[in-house]
Amino acid sequence: MRNFIRFIIRYHLFFLFLLFETISFYLLVNYNHYHNQTFVNSSSKFAASVLEISGNFTDYFSLKRANEELSRENAFLRTQLPENTYRLNEPVPENRQTADSIQYLYRPAKVINSSVNKFHNYITINKGSKQGIRPEMGVISARGLVGVVRHVSPNYATVISLLNTQLKISARLRESNHFGSLEWDGNSYQHAILNEIPAHAKVSVGDAVVTSGYSALFPEGILIGTIDDFELNQGEGFYVIRVKLSIDFKSLTYVETVEKITRDEQQELEKLTNND
Amino acid sequence: MINHLGRYLLSFIAILLVQVLVLNNLNLGGYINPWLYVLFILILPVEMPNWLLLVLAFATGLIMDTFLNTIGLHASATVFLAFLRPFLLRFFAPRDGYEPGSLPVTSHFGLGWFLKYTLLAVLAHHLFLFIVEAFSFENFLATLWKTILSSLVTLVVIMIAQLFSSRERRRI
Repeated sequence: MRNFIRFIIRYHLFFLFLLFETISFYLLVNYNHYHNQTFVNSSSKFAASVLEISGNFTDYFSLKRANEELSRENAFLRTQLPENTYRLNEPVPENRQTADSIQYLYRPAKVINSSVNKFHNYITINKGSKQGIRPEMGVISARGLVGVVRHVSPNYATVISLLNTQLKISARLRESNHFGSLEWDGNSYQHAILNEIPAHAKVSVGDAVVTSGYSALFPEGILIGTIDDFELNQGEGFYVIRVKLSIDFKSLTYVETVEKITRDEQQELEKLTNND
Repeated sequence: MINHLGRYLLSFIAILLVQVLVLNNLNLGGYINPWLYVLFILILPVEMPNWLLLVLAFATGLIMDTFLNTIGLHASATVFLAFLRPFLLRFFAPRDGYEPGSLPVTSHFGLGWFLKYTLLAVLAHHLFLFIVEAFSFENFLATLWKTILSSLVTLVVIMIAQLFSSRERRRI
């Protein structure tokens, strides 16, 4: 017995270390995916109040971005006024690059055919190359993201709907800015799956999922849907998130195509770089 | 001693605030996140009893975890660091041992010594942290890469923090 006690005292540091590691791992395994249920988390009063105070300050730093977003939305809404839609239906002037404050050009269109019940769903709209629609333009509606233009004829265009298993969209969580890739799994026309959100991201039901703005197709922050359900993919460290789409594809009637004005410039530049 | 205590309390709060309010909001290249808070464990006095070191490390890690919603993750890594620290200090000990009252900081032992000491400690802490975070040895290369990159960034941030603290000490 005395030897045992001597042994413990001799290596007390190691045992203390083991004790703390055991507690840590116990906490880690038990509470990490149920962090709302433990009292030691950021919803506890102390941490929450510190974070709230910091939020009050940092809100000011994001004012500029908020302003930009608001003005962009203003511009977007303005293009929906009747007189503007008329003007936008005319050919766009040659020197449009001079209007460098405008990033995206919106053209309204009407859905004349669509499907929701196949694996590869397409939408047909009543505007085509005569009205300036070209392949690879983004398509949105007032309620959220719709798809990407595939083929164009003089008066019509077909759009790969979001409900198409071939389409992958770069999306992010509006709250935490973590981004992943969104695709349709071919099941319900009201839901899509968001992958590749890392396990440490804060995910909660009801959070908005928006476009990331990394591609030249869509502006940043276009609503896609809200989180309906999520689970952690054990072993990979990524969430699999079921997103309730904000658009009802069954009753879609009016959409807008999005053109990034500087896209040609960007592509020419990238082609130059690739040829080198 | 009281003076000591106050200073450590202040530096702990300062480190905590910088970590929580500034560094946790950085997103360098997607996943590089500097963990400045290990500095608090690194600069505790050399003579501090090892059990107290472990207790403080556990508390520090747990406080970080409450802010990051990763209960246990940082606690385990920080306790591991605190367990390693006496060995590191013994490994880097000056030829005639540590003088009483010395602190493992740049102003006491010089930049080169502090750099070596911090680099090893931070690497160990980050490696442990990222392995536990991944919770598997799959993709070990990615974990290793992440460890190295994050360690370098943490090291830079710690060096900047040391600039501040050493200037303060000279003024006093």
